[in-house]
Amino acid sequence: MAEPIIALRNVTKTFPGGVKAVDDVSFDIDQNEFFALLGPSGCGKTTLLRMISGLETPTSGQIIIGGEDMALTPPNKRPTNMVFQSYAVFPHMTVADNVAYGLKVTGVPTEETKRRVAEALDMVKLTHLAARKPDQMSGGQRQRVALARALVKRPKVLLLDEPLSALDAKLRDEMRLELTRLQENVGITFIIVTHDQDEALSMASRIAVMDKGAVQQIATPSELYEQPTSRFIADFIGKVNLINATVVSSTPKKLVCDARGLGRIELPHDGRAAGDIAIAVRPEKLKITDTQPKAAKKISTEGKVRDVAYYGDTSHVVVRCKDDLELSVNVQNDSRVGGSGVERGQKVWIHWAPEDTLVLTE
Amino acid sequence: MAETLKPGSGPLGYGTRLWLRSLFVAIFIALYAPIATLIAFSFNTAKRGVVWRGFTWDNYEKAWNNVALQEALLNSLTIAFIATIIATIIGAMAALFLWRFRFPFKPAYEGVMALPIVIPEICMGVSLLLFFIYTGMMGWSVGMPWPLNLINIIIAHVAFCFPFVAVVVRSRLVGFNRQFEEASKDLGASEWQTFWNVILPFMMPGLVAGALLAFTLSLDDFVITFFTSGPETVTFPVKVYSLVRRGVSPEINAASTVLIVITVIATIIAMKLQAPQKTGEG
Repeated sequence: MAEPIIALRNVTKTFPGGVKAVDDVSFDIDQNEFFALLGPSGCGKTTLLRMISGLETPTSGQIIIGGEDMALTPPNKRPTNMVFQSYAVFPHMTVADNVAYGLKVTGVPTEETKRRVAEALDMVKLTHLAARKPDQMSGGQRQRVALARALVKRPKVLLLDEPLSALDAKLRDEMRLELTRLQENVGITFIIVTHDQDEALSMASRIAVMDKGAVQQIATPSELYEQPTSRFIADFIGKVNLINATVVSSTPKKLVCDARGLGRIELPHDGRAAGDIAIAVRPEKLKITDTQPKAAKKISTEGKVRDVAYYGDTSHVVVRCKDDLELSVNVQNDSRVGGSGVERGQKVWIHWAPEDTLVLTE
Repeated sequence: MAETLKPGSGPLGYGTRLWLRSLFVAIFIALYAPIATLIAFSFNTAKRGVVWRGFTWDNYEKAWNNVALQEALLNSLTIAFIATIIATIIGAMAALFLWRFRFPFKPAYEGVMALPIVIPEICMGVSLLLFFIYTGMMGWSVGMPWPLNLINIIIAHVAFCFPFVAVVVRSRLVGFNRQFEEASKDLGASEWQTFWNVILPFMMPGLVAGALLAFTLSLDDFVITFFTSGPETVTFPVKVYSLVRRGVSPEINAASTVLIVITVIATIIAMKLQAPQKTGEG
């Protein structure tokens, strides 16, 4: 295993006034990772990114990039480059001058600068706009300039601060694919900051979910979705039915609990749990039937359809069960006639496999 | 809202109410009639008085050939030129300082810096005169060769011009996106390179506007110059004043018209540069 490109050790940032933006964060990022920092606004993800770039200084802790402690290295000497949220493309320079800027100020010879600028512009498909000024360009084009300007420096790590937030929906999808492609082509580490879980899930190879300045979980997108470690993450990533429950007995393999609206249920679970917990199940794991399911191993409950929202490929059904428990169910509309097959007010049964249930103790 | 509103027929209705329109015209006449008269009479053939006799360019020629006026104009332009350069540099630095740093009593400092803008000119003139006498500068500069004998006036002009530059440049800097600066550093530029390549180009319209403002203020100034000039160092406005005391001649009208034209052109350029750019940041 190669050494990590970035190692964060107990990084803390306290702003004047006592606000702890980043609180004792430690983790590693490997070479060639597409790493996402995900969290609600104000969770400290941008501050963490800015500390990696050097634009912000940690109050305590260490930031090690490529094996070197960066404590005394100013941003202009770090092997990182940033794509800013506002793109920050210099308005008084042409596209080519913008891209060349980082090479000129560091004394790269003119010939080499020309060649590298041409390469970078080609990479983001902006060669034909090289002589333009930024105010004659669209948001998407300006973002490409910002990308080229950062990549032309050949950084060890590219930092992207909410790169897609200012683009419209269609362009965002395009750029998502393009960023993934770029990352594969240039073969350097990308760190992206985003509050959009779809963005993080679809692009990143690993995601760190942050909340209130601390890292809650670091995992691959699928792990994060299927094995969240806390209520916060289960709720933050995708849609989920969270049901309060009280533990009755807990053995290393099995957990018995009383769940609201479901009664006493048995769940496979490794590890101990006690007291009040939450169980979670994703809406697409639930099945709807008209009659009580036969299979004894399933968890099931009876309820009344309260709402059906049609989304074309799926319908989102909300069912009210016992104890005012409301469950969301995603139904695949897999035949042209009938749609979801349920109507508002209809009595239905809901069931799912116990192993699709998550036990959340935090 | 099928009806399209004609200009002036909106809720404010300034174009439809007669009394408003009359007021508008009256104000304009009050403001510009004297200047229009001055310009008109600069083309008058009559030697004295305010009776129209006929059109001529002669007054301009005479004014141009008047050695005393020439000297005064040269002094004025020299003072304005040097004072503008110094005031622009000091004003820009003050603006940068106020924009960039946080320090105790900053609002107080900002207020004090802008004081020369609001202080009555006569007070400024008297205080500068006292300052120059007290420091011995007044006596010292009189004996110096041109243009060093203008030094008192130049210092005085810098003192009242630089706050204007600072205010203009500062308002320009408010629109600066700090991420430009961060991007520059992130791309490998030093603090100094960032200043020259990113911040200064952004400040430029403000600098030029501020400089032109300082130039026109310096060129026009009478009160402060009157107090701080020595017997040998007469500026254009001061010279005009001394000539007028012997009666208004069309020659003075012509010279004044030239001054008005220079000032108006500089002001227009300054206002153009200060106007917000049409292509906004998307």
